[in-house]
Amino acid sequence: MDLKLDHRTEDRLTIVEVEGEIDVYTAPRLRELLIDLVNKGNFHLLVNMEKVDFLDSTGLGVLVGGLKRVRAHDGSLELVCTQERILKIFRITGLTKVFGIYASVDEAKEAHGKDK
Amino acid sequence: MATVELTFSALPAHVRTARLVATAIARRTGVEESLLDEVRLAVGEACSRAVEVHRAHCPGEPIRIELRDDSGRFEVTVSDHAPSDEIKPEQPLDLGMLSDSFMSGFGIAVIEGLADDVEVFPGPKGTNIRMSWPAANGT
Repeated sequence: MDLKLDHRTEDRLTIVEVEGEIDVYTAPRLRELLIDLVNKGNFHLLVNMEKVDFLDSTGLGVLVGGLKRVRAHDGSLELVCTQERILKIFRITGLTKVFGIYASVDEAKEAHGKDK
Repeated sequence: MATVELTFSALPAHVRTARLVATAIARRTGVEESLLDEVRLAVGEACSRAVEVHRAHCPGEPIRIELRDDSGRFEVTVSDHAPSDEIKPEQPLDLGMLSDSFMSGFGIAVIEGLADDVEVFPGPKGTNIRMSWPAANGT
């Protein structure tokens, strides 16, 4: 399936809902959204990957690019993901050490609140 | 004997088609269901990499995939026609070094982490990435 993107802001956290496949064809749309959010002053991003069917290294590159952008503003980019097939690619590439990965949006919000 | 050969122009939109074809042939060849996600991702990575290097060096040239069923293994070879100097040796992870554009080194690393058996044959006239998985039955 194609890629569906949506986002909302709760308190100071911008939650990006991603659904479908993130690959070399669709990843540019996610990149544009993340850049747009950062340009509009959203520096604390939570990307919900629970409805992502497929993620490749192009998608990882977009997430890493987003992380670099928010960190330039002392921000954060964290993920919600429990799917083994998606987590596996983060483990293979060592990116589990780079991203905060949570089991649910509520868990991430709670952790984010404690940090602030 | 090649079971299926597929050529496609170097467009990102075709990578999904290549993934779907590879996964369908893998299933038909008897690759375990639990491995199909790995086949899908590894073939997708190899094709994404090929598309990116073709777009940089030879956008008019097609990319070729061969899907074979030989001696109880499902074998996939993705061939491109671009100079292979873009394949870099694996380096320690450094966020500052990573680009949000295509990370070709990551693609190869992911393939090596996923496929049961991988060989990369770089050359001045292109790169062949051959990967295989165990398959239960013949054609």
